[in-house]
Amino acid sequence: MTTHLHEMLRGGQAWSRRVARHQRLRLRDVEGRACVSALFYNARDPIERYNMPDTLKAQFTAFLTTGRVLFSDMGRVLCSIVADDCGWHDTISGIGGAEAAAARFGEGSYQTLRNEFHRNGRDNLLVELGKHGLGKRDVVSNVNFFARVAVDDSGALAWIPANSRAGASVELRFEMDTLVVLSNTPHPLDPDARYHPPPVELLLGDGAPAPADDRCRLSRPENGRGFALTEAYAVEMGGRL
Amino acid sequence: MSFRLQESAFDPRQAAVDVTLPAGQGWTHELAPGDTFRIVDLEGNQAVDTLFFNSRDVDERYSATETIRAQGNIYLSTGTRLMSSEGRPLLTIVADTCGRHDTLGGACSAESNQVRYALEKKYMHNCRDSFLLALARYGHGMGKRDLPNNINFFMNVPVTPAGELTFADGVSGPGRYVEMRADTEVLVLISNCPQLNNPCNAYNPTPVRLLVWPKG
Repeated sequence: MTTHLHEMLRGGQAWSRRVARHQRLRLRDVEGRACVSALFYNARDPIERYNMPDTLKAQFTAFLTTGRVLFSDMGRVLCSIVADDCGWHDTISGIGGAEAAAARFGEGSYQTLRNEFHRNGRDNLLVELGKHGLGKRDVVSNVNFFARVAVDDSGALAWIPANSRAGASVELRFEMDTLVVLSNTPHPLDPDARYHPPPVELLLGDGAPAPADDRCRLSRPENGRGFALTEAYAVEMGGRL
Repeated sequence: MSFRLQESAFDPRQAAVDVTLPAGQGWTHELAPGDTFRIVDLEGNQAVDTLFFNSRDVDERYSATETIRAQGNIYLSTGTRLMSSEGRPLLTIVADTCGRHDTLGGACSAESNQVRYALEKKYMHNCRDSFLLALARYGHGMGKRDLPNNINFFMNVPVTPAGELTFADGVSGPGRYVEMRADTEVLVLISNCPQLNNPCNAYNPTPVRLLVWPKG
């Protein structure tokens, strides 16, 4: 497998990149306790984007793990989770902003901390989106890889500590050319009052299309229809198939 | 449970706005700070897909995730502050005779109907079409980028502790209502849901009544 990128995302860092159809991106929680907030857009037409409700409704789930896919708002599959030894990735609890970060971690300004300053998730997303001509209108409900938030019978949210562990990884296979935007910043419900987001390793490589018996394609009939719509779109855009 | 039932003292005969929105129709309306806005589920179990924007800066809009984090609970009811993408309250729910409203289930679209039910369902009317038409008529360049995930008033979408998302029978009934007070200038965008493939409208989409009382 050709490796296109192998880099360490520092704690607090933001990242964005176009990832081609069928490439695979692996995120590895090097030290444990990571939270990587992520948004996904159609790289050719970014008003098509990750849709949390459609992803959850189609798969009757409130979290993400192996076998599940991330749907766009156009009924297509942006990417599939082909491997995951963490087991639970949050997508219902969003991302924190500057005010919440200041309240939790203290001031943490660039002026005092230089490049160790307390970067926050929302500002990180806006910076990366700005590089692609996108902005506030494009911030939607995101994925928080390696984070887990539970919901009890009354609807109350609870942060689940130690959901991830050192070395845990999750691997995405892209089903469309996708703009990926990441922020390696603390989850807004994590009670840890110290600002010390851990590094996360990114590995991007080539991969093969989903076979007919692919687990993500077959895990639900809804997913099969999502793949059908995605493959029809590849034809529409002059791609293979 | 999170049901916080609360009746309102407002009299519909004194409302400045009193319209009946048929199922399958969209609607926009601007509220001033302090205005009170009520949605009445006239016949029961009708999902009312709703978004709010700061009408002075529509880049600031309703955020489901900010809202559920602010109150530490996924269900909306009396006392819930409906938060914006900037972490500020847009409106506050001040009365609720239904007791539970969803904000994780999103809106139906032609394409999500294809995924969820069958590829041949694309022709069926859906909330996103109503949202898009209402925004196109409203103008100001608003469109699909302005559709983050919404509130479904009167809809019941429980999440289990094991992380399953379920679509349960409605907890609403004829005449039940939810009422909210605007904390700022607010643009209201509604699709009165036309979904016929699942029980969110009890397979019979019905009209809702929309009322506004100006700040008194």
